[in-house]
Amino acid sequence: MELLSFGDTGWGDELFFATLMTIAVSIAAMAIGFVFALIFTPLKLSKNKSLNIIGNCYTTIIRGVPELLVIYLLFFGGTGAAMYVASIFGYDGYIEINAFITGALAIGIISGAYSTEVFRGAILSIDKGQFEASKVLGIKKYIQFYKIILPQMLRLSIPNLSNVWQITLKDTSLISVTGLVEIMRQSYIAAGSTRDPLFFYSVAAVLYLMLTFLSMKLINKLEIKYSKGY
Amino acid sequence: MISIFPSLLNGAVITLQLLVFSMFFGLIIGLIFAILRINKNPIINKFAYGYSYFFRGTPLLVQLYLIYYGLANIEFLRNSFFWVIIKEPYWCAIIAFSLNTGAYTSEILRSAFQTIKKGYIEAAQSLGVTKKITFYRIQLPIAIKQSLPAYGNEIILMLKGTSLASVITIMDLMGEARKVNVLTFKPFEAFITAGIIYLFITFIIHNIIKYLEKKYGFQT
Repeated sequence: MELLSFGDTGWGDELFFATLMTIAVSIAAMAIGFVFALIFTPLKLSKNKSLNIIGNCYTTIIRGVPELLVIYLLFFGGTGAAMYVASIFGYDGYIEINAFITGALAIGIISGAYSTEVFRGAILSIDKGQFEASKVLGIKKYIQFYKIILPQMLRLSIPNLSNVWQITLKDTSLISVTGLVEIMRQSYIAAGSTRDPLFFYSVAAVLYLMLTFLSMKLINKLEIKYSKGY
Repeated sequence: MISIFPSLLNGAVITLQLLVFSMFFGLIIGLIFAILRINKNPIINKFAYGYSYFFRGTPLLVQLYLIYYGLANIEFLRNSFFWVIIKEPYWCAIIAFSLNTGAYTSEILRSAFQTIKKGYIEAAQSLGVTKKITFYRIQLPIAIKQSLPAYGNEIILMLKGTSLASVITIMDLMGEARKVNVLTFKPFEAFITAGIIYLFITFIIHNIIKYLEKKYGFQT
């Protein structure tokens, strides 16, 4: 147990901050995923063929290749790409992209693909009469989207988004390969320096279970709150 | 790009091997735990639930590290004949993937068992069919047919999961891509080619499942 104590001798505080890091990366990734989803959902639902293809390509490719591949591509390729873009603007120095940003972006792109599918499903399940009624009332397209469709879409997608959140939370463990110190990386370091991998990976497993358990409780509460009146 | 293709294809063979082995063992584990889940005994029931909760609530990477690094820490396992198996990263990966996919498969099959219409079982009972035969001849085939679409998704998720084997030194498709990246400093060529191969395998699995669904799909 003293291995988990706080302070210089134990790994308690390190693991605590690593857990916070995991939560931070997950939230950032989820937020980035929302941005991607809000861009690509309209594309997937659009009647324009070429826009449709762009939307479908995004979700199909991202859901068809391993998460690790996206992370490696951004981690190894991101620096080169950023330096190339910078060289166009006349900057030739070395640019290093923060591991947090790379990780959150990679996981965000992945969770965005899942969120897109969730949002698409939610919009399709909204009653057609709502679209027609707002059209009859002469409401503009974007106001219709922001004031009528979006709120309903968010409420309908809470249960499925909780699945996406769980997937995102677990995917963040993969960022450890790029060196960002979250739960997995911290337990790897701790296991290496104490030569007790069984104990530290079990702790990591328990931490992840706690995170998934707590977030499930929280999301259930949200779901009850927002389904009042339905 | 053409010169790296053969080594990536060699990796793809390992990836497919890992996938086939772990899907095979995972199906057996999943079936056993699905049957335990619908058991009325609360202890057996809770045990099966705990198994699936643990393996679905933690990342695959944690499970892989626990088995690859963690099990080697236990003294008596190191002295027993199991050591022959768990000292090989290849078998560790297969154990981890099988246990992981087994948990998801048990959930898929459980929900399929529970959605079977009561009428089928009652009809079998009234015809005097024994419980055992009802299970093997009626419940099991229907459950398998019903869970085909969800199981297809699980196969694709597992295909993506096998890429983690590269972290524990197995040269699967992902491992080969990493090697190419390190040797040539061309991350885009290496990873995008690997991505195309992964997409191709996904595409084939998707179509096989679609075909099976069409042929054996269960309409209620």
